[in-house]
Amino acid sequence: MTCREFAEFLDAFLAGTLPSEQALAFQRHLAICADCIAYLDSYQRTMAACRTLRGEDALPADVPEELVEAILRSRGGRR
Amino acid sequence: MTTPSDANRGAGYAGAGSLPPADDSEQVLLARLRRGDDDAFAIVVRDQGRQMLATARRLLGNEEDAREALQEAFVAVFRSIASFAGNARLATWMHRVVVNTALMKLRRRRCRPECALEDLLPRFSEDGHHLEPPCPRSGRPELDLQREENRTIVRNAIDQLPATYREVVLLRDIEELSTGEVSEVLGITANAVKIRLHRARQALRTLLERTFEDRLP
Ligand SMILES: [Zn+2]
Repeated sequence: MTCREFAEFLDAFLAGTLPSEQALAFQRHLAICADCIAYLDSYQRTMAACRTLRGEDALPADVPEELVEAILRSRGGRR
Repeated sequence: MTTPSDANRGAGYAGAGSLPPADDSEQVLLARLRRGDDDAFAIVVRDQGRQMLATARRLLGNEEDAREALQEAFVAVFRSIASFAGNARLATWMHRVVVNTALMKLRRRRCRPECALEDLLPRFSEDGHHLEPPCPRSGRPELDLQREENRTIVRNAIDQLPATYREVVLLRDIEELSTGEVSEVLGITANAVKIRLHRARQALRTLLERTFEDRLP
């Protein structure tokens, strides 16, 4: 396995969707390649960084009242 | 201005396929909406609007665009409520409408120069070794993910991605749609979603690494 192949199939490796033989080749490469250890680490930290932009579980803040009014006006209802 | 048909067509999903069905109280609300009940519309805007605005903010990254997207989404909702089949949860359907509206806005917007993706992917020697080895973790400033400043950095990096890659990261990694849902929204195969997502993460990795190198003393 080369570093290029390692980088190419990294997401499948992390998702656990690689055939076991290929996954084993990944493990073997990781054991000998400092560059790919660093690459894997920074790739995972990138994914973690993206997760910080996700919505929290708590109910989001109210829609500002002036925006609610503007939306309801745009409907052209009977108000 | 976005028309509802744009909202439905643009990124292609307002459909309700395999979604869980609406419950009874929702059927009552839906009936009131279809009758044109003003109070029912006010309830929906205040209730569903929160999640929808939060989604628009996450996808668009700025308040002004998010508010516009919410307004456009509700225009689409108001116009198509009569034809909404009611075999999906109202909240799910409306989430999809605002995702479509925000995506179209994202595509129209060209405020930042995009980087070429090739420049952000890892480069290798002929025999397949890293040409620019990634920095090992030690000796690098830590990305403290709790800090607001760092969320801004991540957001800026995402905004520098070419649009087709940015969309996939936003929908999959931040809005947490499934691969199948993203494939439906964008009208591309599930495999294309996976490939784009991986490329986008690789490019983001490079952008974030560059950002933190710049900040080293
Ligand atoms: Zn390697």
